[in-house]
Amino acid sequence: MLREINVKVNGKDYQVKVEPRTLLIHVLRDTLGLTGAHIGCVVGKCGACTVLWQGRQVKSCMVFAAQTAGTEIVTIEGLAEDGHLHPLQQAFWDTDAAECGYCTPGMIMAAYGFLLRNPHPSENEIKHAIAGNLCRCTGYRNIVEAIKKAAIELQGGKSHG
Amino acid sequence: MYPVAFDYLEPRTLQEAVELLEKWGENASILAGGQSLIPLMKLRIARPRYLIDLNRIPGLSYIREQDGCVHIGALTRHVEIEESSVVREKIPIMQEAVRVLADGQVRNLGTIGGAIAQADPAGDWGPVILALNARIKCLGPKGGREMEAMDFFTFAYTTALQPDEVVTEIAIPAPSAPRLGTYVKLERVSGDFAIVSVAVQIDRDKDGICRDIGIGLGGADDRPIKAVPVEALLRGQKLSPKAIDIAARRIEEIASPISDLRGSQEYKKEVLKVIFRRALERVIERASPTTGGSR
Ligand SMILES: Cc1cc2nc3c(=O)[nH]c(=O)nc-3n(C[C@H](O)[C@H](O)[C@H](O)COP(=O)(O)OP(=O)(O)OC[C@H]3O[C@@H](n4cnc5c(N)ncnc54)[C@H](O)[C@@H]3O)c2cc1C
Ligand code: FES
Ligand code: FES
Repeated sequence: MLREINVKVNGKDYQVKVEPRTLLIHVLRDTLGLTGAHIGCVVGKCGACTVLWQGRQVKSCMVFAAQTAGTEIVTIEGLAEDGHLHPLQQAFWDTDAAECGYCTPGMIMAAYGFLLRNPHPSENEIKHAIAGNLCRCTGYRNIVEAIKKAAIELQGGKSHG
Repeated sequence: MYPVAFDYLEPRTLQEAVELLEKWGENASILAGGQSLIPLMKLRIARPRYLIDLNRIPGLSYIREQDGCVHIGALTRHVEIEESSVVREKIPIMQEAVRVLADGQVRNLGTIGGAIAQADPAGDWGPVILALNARIKCLGPKGGREMEAMDFFTFAYTTALQPDEVVTEIAIPAPSAPRLGTYVKLERVSGDFAIVSVAVQIDRDKDGICRDIGIGLGGADDRPIKAVPVEALLRGQKLSPKAIDIAARRIEEIASPISDLRGSQEYKKEVLKVIFRRALERVIERASPTTGGSR
């Protein structure tokens, strides 16, 4: 049985019809055309599908879309403003934190949710925060560097916006 | 990836949730954080016809201190325990444990009630609540009841809950020496379930005699277990190297781990001894005056 749900994604209101068994990741990608969140494993182990739901980073393959009725979601597409990359995206670019890029949207959203609550993280805290995200290319070094850099930037460390 | 089709039900009160469970029985499952159930449904190992979502019921998520106990609502997320100042002050062992439980995304959704109802023999909350002598409160069609954590876990992924009962709260007596507890987990990779794990909480007098001790073991049997014989052995004793030796040997004797991808039974028994010793040494170190003494 289809049910109609209202969700706000990246600040925009949507009304979609979903089967209860449809995962959030499938609605984002297949119904709304937001293909930024990637599918790696679909069983909660890789983090490529990470989005922000109700202010916290979650794996969107581990949530049914029906559960999100009346709530707010932010995906990687929602970070850039007026064509300007978000400091996290810019830092990933500047530090070569992406190679094939498959893990990147999930990494950035995991870091985004983490930095919202921990604006002054230590290197160990950053590593702990991305423990749910797998990257098969970079060896993680540059990803940790990028998040460190973005944290400073977001604190107004070097330049303001 | 799609599970078998189901009806999605959203009760607004606990009473309503229990009525739905009573009505649909074995054909229904409770959905809490979904971090164990959703993957099982996707793999079609779990095939509920009715999914009863607890998340629209207000008042199931809380951490409060009352009558010497910390009361944690069943729907409290792992992350809320991680961030709680009450837990930090009263039961720091829970914060030590939650930091090594799964990963940030899973901790944001998974709940303590769901984790104990799931009863994974290698889960992290089992050993901790066993060491702390927690009580589990649940509600069914005949009303509420309470169980000791020890009576709750009956087998791998199996609990003493009736099919029409919901866990509502975990009540944990606040330890008298909060700092003298530790959780040590051996895992293959960060965020995985434990190969084996040990939770220890002690209380001691000023002469270093162990007044009380709680020991919970993960990955040591077909369920999380409380090491009752070893607790009895150490109660009233000084935790000397010799006493620890004897206790570690006893731990090995009472353990009966399942051989699986995380290790053989022999291996798990061996490392359990090592991890147990490490846990005891850590609390003893915390209790020693040079590292700040016991509080
Ligand atoms: C990648 C990954 C890594 C993980 N690593 C760990 C780990 O290292 N350590 C660890 O301990 N756990 C780990 N977990 C499991 C995690 O802790 C889950 O959150 C937890 O096991 C289940 O809680 P939940 O709220 O998500 O429950 P759900 O998945 O919603 O439910 C689990 C089961 O409990 C039942 N249930 C839920 N709530 C209640 C209730 N109130 N009353 C009665 N029945 C109920 C459900 O019907 C279902 O059968 C991991 C999970 C994932 C996906
Ligand atoms: S696709 Fe969701 S965690 Fe891998
Ligand atoms: S850049 Fe290829 S998986 Fe991370």
